[in-house]
Amino acid sequence: MCMRELTAAFATLAAAGALAAGPDLGKPITPAEIAAWDISVSPDGDGLPPGSGTPMQGAAVFAQKCAACHGENARGGVNAALVGGGPIERIDSARTIRNFWPYATTVFDYIRRAMPWPQPRTLSNDEVYALTAYILSENKLIAADAVMDAATLPKVKMPNRDGFIVRFPGEL
Amino acid sequence: MDEPLRVAANGLIDRRAFLRGGAAFAAALATYEASKPAAAEALTDDPWSKVPGKTVTAYGLPSRFEEKVGRTLSNPNGEPRTQHARTPHHLLNGTFTPNGVHFVISHMGNPDIDPARHRLVIHGLVKRPLVFTLDALARYPMVSRMTFLECGGNSAPLFASQPVQAGVQALHGLASCAEWTGVPLATLLEESGIDPRAKWLIAEGGDAPALSRSVPLKKGLDDAMIALYQNGERLMPGNGYPMRLLLPGWEGNMNVKYLRRIELVEEPAMSYYEARTYAPILPNGKAYRFFFLQQVKSFITHPSPGLALRGPGLYEVSGIAYSGNGRISRVMVSADGGATWAESALQEPVLSKAFTRFRIPWRWDGGPAVLQSRAWDEAGNVQPTRAQIVAERGESDKVLPATAFISQHYNGPTSWAIESNGEVKHVYA
Repeated sequence: MCMRELTAAFATLAAAGALAAGPDLGKPITPAEIAAWDISVSPDGDGLPPGSGTPMQGAAVFAQKCAACHGENARGGVNAALVGGGPIERIDSARTIRNFWPYATTVFDYIRRAMPWPQPRTLSNDEVYALTAYILSENKLIAADAVMDAATLPKVKMPNRDGFIVRFPGEL
Repeated sequence: MDEPLRVAANGLIDRRAFLRGGAAFAAALATYEASKPAAAEALTDDPWSKVPGKTVTAYGLPSRFEEKVGRTLSNPNGEPRTQHARTPHHLLNGTFTPNGVHFVISHMGNPDIDPARHRLVIHGLVKRPLVFTLDALARYPMVSRMTFLECGGNSAPLFASQPVQAGVQALHGLASCAEWTGVPLATLLEESGIDPRAKWLIAEGGDAPALSRSVPLKKGLDDAMIALYQNGERLMPGNGYPMRLLLPGWEGNMNVKYLRRIELVEEPAMSYYEARTYAPILPNGKAYRFFFLQQVKSFITHPSPGLALRGPGLYEVSGIAYSGNGRISRVMVSADGGATWAESALQEPVLSKAFTRFRIPWRWDGGPAVLQSRAWDEAGNVQPTRAQIVAERGESDKVLPATAFISQHYNGPTSWAIESNGEVKHVYA
């Protein structure tokens, strides 16, 4: 192949959207096909699924699926307490949902992706909303009768939201 | 001893002495006649040299005499909590960490992933969402690079106000270094077509906790890699088999293992690990967020607790230095707790964001000595003193086990006191 032919070949590749850097072997995939893995939730609520739950509904789910590790009423067991936490006064203070977590959406995201320990990603969205509501309510961060859903959860103001300093802003 | 060879107090000898050899070094050595062992015994043929040896196996393992070379396990029975496996730096030398003793932190165990069924999807703020099989990725142009990985919580016991009595494995075992080979992430992102609004990427694993971290896109386009090989072979299950995100020089947890999804987004997701876990508290009650960088650091591995000195005489002091900001430019060593310093020799090649082995000859006279190292990187960063770290980051007066994570990102020095019997003890100096 002469240089002119090579140049023409590269021009054709470029026109097709292919890059010289790789063999272009990624297969197009649709949002519907990604949906089961597309579980990240942002602080602004982006990614929150349909569904809802209340603290009372969450208490029942908690007793059945969570209390074995996190203790009765989420006060701690072989794994961390999910309720309580005093002021952050020392570098070794326990960092809890109430005293430290900056966004309530993180509670939903973590429960949905990683809990319960033996069977992650088996809870329904309603159960995750209900558990999130239960934990936030037990921590007095929402009312005992509050309904958590895609509209209300991002609006929950966590006490330590502004408690952080970006370490190396130049890296962002 | 020849005066030109003495480069700092308490027995530190010019780093070139071992290499240079010759008359000056011989003269220096001649002063250690007293410590030379008694006359050698006559040599004999041992039994193993007089019979045929064992059959070679398909996949080799170390000698049975090396069984002590292993990781320490924080949760050996796999109870429902995180498992930590720490690298035995004091039993290794050089700069690579063998795959079997590379450190591992596993939050819900190592998944048993079938590579033929594993997929990597790239979506979000891209022009074309794409999915890749391992076979497809194997056809891409690859790169290899030596890179250390270090947990953000490595060396956390050094935040205790009293020195925790532990060795280099317990204190610094959550750092390792390997040659990683894989596909530059930028190649795949460009194939997907980056929407200009994208500023971050969310990386997520296919393990039980679907571990997820937000990474600035700038890093993703710089030196990030989809790593497929570790020291020449496929990744170990504990290190992300069959593929992981590699972010050279950045906090271990962000190098997401079992990588199955990358989503380009405008803002970070504030997942559990970035919003809560890797956010160390400062003395004023605020906390750092997005620490990311593993800053310049060094520690001495030989000698260290568990490797007692056998009487006065000549030893090589050696250790590991590394920086998430590039190459190590200099490592100074002190034998008197930081009062005087000598420059160590750096083992070539000195690679960016990789372990660098430093070495310096040292004559122990049997008296009190405190060994310490301090590293500089090519960006001009220097390892802070422990006092500087405590002033900025605080310390804890709680009595906690060496496995406790008091805070994160300690990159100050480690001091080893040599006791009169040759035992090595962790101290603050």
